[in-house]
Amino acid sequence: MSATTTRKTPNDSRNVQNPPPVARKRNSLAKGHLPRWAVPGIAAAALILGAAASTLGGFSVATLAIYTAIIFVIASTVITTLVEGPRHGKNTLATNLVYAAFLLALIPLASVLFTVLQKGMPGINTHFLFHSMNGITGAVDNASVENGAPVLGGAYHAVIGTLLITLWSTVISVPVGMLTAIYLVEYGKNGPLARAITFFVDVMTGIPSIVAGLFATALFAVLLGPTARMGIVAAVALSVLMIPTVVRSTEEMLKIVPNELREAAYALGVRKWRTIAKVVIPTAISGIASGVTLAIARVIGETAPILVTAGLANNINVNVFGNWMATLPTFIYYQILTPTSPTNVDPSIQRAWAAALLLIVMVMVLNLGARLVAGLFAPKKGR
Amino acid sequence: MSKRIDVKDLNVYYSKFLAVEDVNIEIEAKSVTAFIGPSGCGKSTFLRTLNRMHEVIPGGRVEGEVLLDGDNLYEPGVDPVTVRSQIGMVFQRPNPFPTMSIKDNVLAGVKLNGKKISRSDADSLVEKSLRGANLWNEVKDRLDKPGSGLSGGQQQRLCIARTIAVKPQVILMDEPCSALDPISTLAIEDLINELKSEFTVVIVTHNMQQAARVSDKTAFFNIAGTGKPGKLIEYADTATIFSNPSVKATEDYVSGRFG
Repeated sequence: MSATTTRKTPNDSRNVQNPPPVARKRNSLAKGHLPRWAVPGIAAAALILGAAASTLGGFSVATLAIYTAIIFVIASTVITTLVEGPRHGKNTLATNLVYAAFLLALIPLASVLFTVLQKGMPGINTHFLFHSMNGITGAVDNASVENGAPVLGGAYHAVIGTLLITLWSTVISVPVGMLTAIYLVEYGKNGPLARAITFFVDVMTGIPSIVAGLFATALFAVLLGPTARMGIVAAVALSVLMIPTVVRSTEEMLKIVPNELREAAYALGVRKWRTIAKVVIPTAISGIASGVTLAIARVIGETAPILVTAGLANNINVNVFGNWMATLPTFIYYQILTPTSPTNVDPSIQRAWAAALLLIVMVMVLNLGARLVAGLFAPKKGR
Repeated sequence: MSKRIDVKDLNVYYSKFLAVEDVNIEIEAKSVTAFIGPSGCGKSTFLRTLNRMHEVIPGGRVEGEVLLDGDNLYEPGVDPVTVRSQIGMVFQRPNPFPTMSIKDNVLAGVKLNGKKISRSDADSLVEKSLRGANLWNEVKDRLDKPGSGLSGGQQQRLCIARTIAVKPQVILMDEPCSALDPISTLAIEDLINELKSEFTVVIVTHNMQQAARVSDKTAFFNIAGTGKPGKLIEYADTATIFSNPSVKATEDYVSGRFG
């Protein structure tokens, strides 16, 4: 064995340096294979053909993209089928369709981001961020348009309102939602009550947001009289929308905590509620945190329930238990629908776009924060 | 600190299904008892009734008595939590708490119960338990690292350390080596031999050589057929079970002629 190896090794090294001119035997396992440049090549050809096709019926970027995509998908499928066989052809087709679907889904997102950035950026400045609309009348807007002065008035009050109302709805929803989920997973044991709760939570998920707003309005009208409009009413309305989301996501997260961990804790003589509080929830906390953030992101942009519950304010109000309050969505809504100056709408439109950008940034910050929280709480890995 | 267990006329049920029928067995203090038998014969189910872990499964219930030094575990008014703090358990798959460090895993039984423990007491308990589980030298420099970063065998010894840290009277082991390689298995078997001096150990195993190596007495469980309850066929000194069993089924099983 070792003798054969030693004899063979010099042969091999010589072969590598000077390959013999004999044709290599064809590998019986190998089939036709497209070269590396095939995909970019087909793409380039598709682009040229697509450009040609789109000029026939009036050139536009959209038709160019559509024609190019169609030609690329068809051509790459056909060529792969011919060269590599039908199975690879189908694979190429499916791969291309998946990519196409992904790009299609990205278009609205990219478009929204682009438009909001483009139209919102001019309105973002420290004056906009740290001033309310208090005292900003049509005359002020007219003056700034006529004199070419900067637009006055900002969304500070709406940012405060959004943060406070969302905070309060989170404070209401997270305990209720988490405790419900804990009951469902740990105690309910799929009994009649647990099944009823699951059913009603599902129903709640489908409640239109305006109905939630009307519910909160009606509830506080009964409690405090028909004109009760304040931040906490809006927070209750939003928590009606948030609770089902929190319950669902927490439930899913608790379910995937391995039963072995619960049993391990029980076997150490740990009580059930302590097992839940110290073992089950910490194990699932990162998932729960991101679920809660998604629920917040879902309600932070609600407009209709805020309008009927918190009214609209132009001044700064930090008290959720008294007086009307503005949030960013209602601010945008009113700036667009009833511009401050009916004759010069541009300042209002500019403020609306800036507020929209602010709202998107807030949701993004929230999402990033959730990832951070999830990372901090996640079960430690590694050595 | 170790207690004996006497089981009298125990029937174990999953809802209406009788899983293990009419077990009578006396387990001596400071001994190692092995349960052997084919899969599905109820060894693990029976083991879990010894510290009331069986009732954690929905529908799980028992009839009969399990006496820990004469006190019936199943008497009304007995808190399963008290029982489990006296009779610890090590599971088939190593299951350290993933959110906790090695140190916190060892202290889990103390800390999760909300007991206050001073830092020096905690440190000495951690060292004593880890030494008791033959793991101290391997992990002493990384006590604050997560327990899930250890190898499977180390994780299982960590679980044993966690169990002995609550100072139980009895330790139940449900196939503790079935997920481990031979070296780790040897480490755990050595450990069981050492644990015997302080604790009563009951071990379920599929590995008959292991039963022969570690146990003082062996119980053979068998099942008549699918859907029938498992039964305790024979219980005797390990040497007797493996060399001179009195029941034919036991002899067939231990000699590999089962079936």
